[in-house]
Amino acid sequence: MSDLYQFLLRMGDNTLVLGHRVSEWCGVAPVLEEDIALANTALDMIGQTQLWLGLAAEVEDNGRDADALAYHRDVWDFRNLLLVEQPNRDFGHTMMRQFLFDAWQWQMLTELKLSKHEQIAAIAEKSLKEVTYHLERSSDTVIALGDGTEESHKRMQAALDRLWPYVGEMFLTDEHDLIDVAALRPAFDTQINDVFGAATLTRPDTDFTHKGGKTGKRHTEHLGHMLAAMQFLPRAYPDAKW
Amino acid sequence: MVTEKPSVEQVWSWLGDVPDPEIPAISLVDLGIIRDVTWQGEILEVTVTPTYSGCPATRIINLDIETALRDRGIEQITLKRQLSPAWTTDWLSESGKAKLEAYGIAPPQTAGGRSKCPHCQSAAVEKISQFGSTPCKAQWRCTDCLEPFDYFKCI
Repeated sequence: MSDLYQFLLRMGDNTLVLGHRVSEWCGVAPVLEEDIALANTALDMIGQTQLWLGLAAEVEDNGRDADALAYHRDVWDFRNLLLVEQPNRDFGHTMMRQFLFDAWQWQMLTELKLSKHEQIAAIAEKSLKEVTYHLERSSDTVIALGDGTEESHKRMQAALDRLWPYVGEMFLTDEHDLIDVAALRPAFDTQINDVFGAATLTRPDTDFTHKGGKTGKRHTEHLGHMLAAMQFLPRAYPDAKW
Repeated sequence: MVTEKPSVEQVWSWLGDVPDPEIPAISLVDLGIIRDVTWQGEILEVTVTPTYSGCPATRIINLDIETALRDRGIEQITLKRQLSPAWTTDWLSESGKAKLEAYGIAPPQTAGGRSKCPHCQSAAVEKISQFGSTPCKAQWRCTDCLEPFDYFKCI
């Protein structure tokens, strides 16, 4: 499998898995406006997935399309970051996970927009507009809840502490990466430190990181459960059509 | 069956009559998502750009374009998806903005969000949520007439 194909799977699997996770909030979010905001964010991510996995399928050139890649691969074939497969837990965890991912994705897309690969540059340019909007909302929410009530502050700090060991993986670079992902870390750090400062949250002082998502070597147990729900229908009824 | 190919200008004017499926007050041309219309030999090529990558209306829009052109006798149509340059609310036509306003949806404003209520024109407005009933809209409300309203997101 080519490096380009692997890289496109990474991009598409991140938005697919997080898009599905966020869609799990549909109908059960704390207030209607947040429910709609979450569903819209999920929709943007699933739309981006169609572009990334669509291109991956084209590059693979093996008769598959974006749907086949999304619904007919098993856990070990997924190349998403461990962060995005983590369960929703409470609203605080969901928004902290979103903020960490948005801040990373914003840096990635800003770089990929300059890619010499025309289709990649076009997808990055399109997605970046949506992600800029997501990042604005997730930053605002992290600040509002972090610097909110005693209870909301406690929950946001707990979310940050729990999710922090998944941040390092986002910046591990290997031969499949189209760009030097590690080089994006300083700008990412500046951005999240500003938000944590305004949110009165304490950044954990450990660099320990879980890894194995983007290489597919060791996903957490949560991904398999999520895929079981997400893939059930097209696997049980492969010819099902809308 | 048409014997002579209609001009590109004619096709643009037909497309100007095709309403957006979710916001029928404006046309696809007003929305700024039709990027090009050209004849490639006997085939009419229409270039369309999505507003948001996940917008569920995209498929309906393509279907509506094809139907409208087939009804005018054009049989060979190709729809081309173009992602770059990415769609921006700057491409909404001036007449499109006026039609949105009249329909009760506040059109996008470049600086600082919405400044007045589309119902009573009061300046006492506030944001409820950055997102709304379709990917292209946010929810606002007026604290004078107490009516909520949709605001077309500025991107």
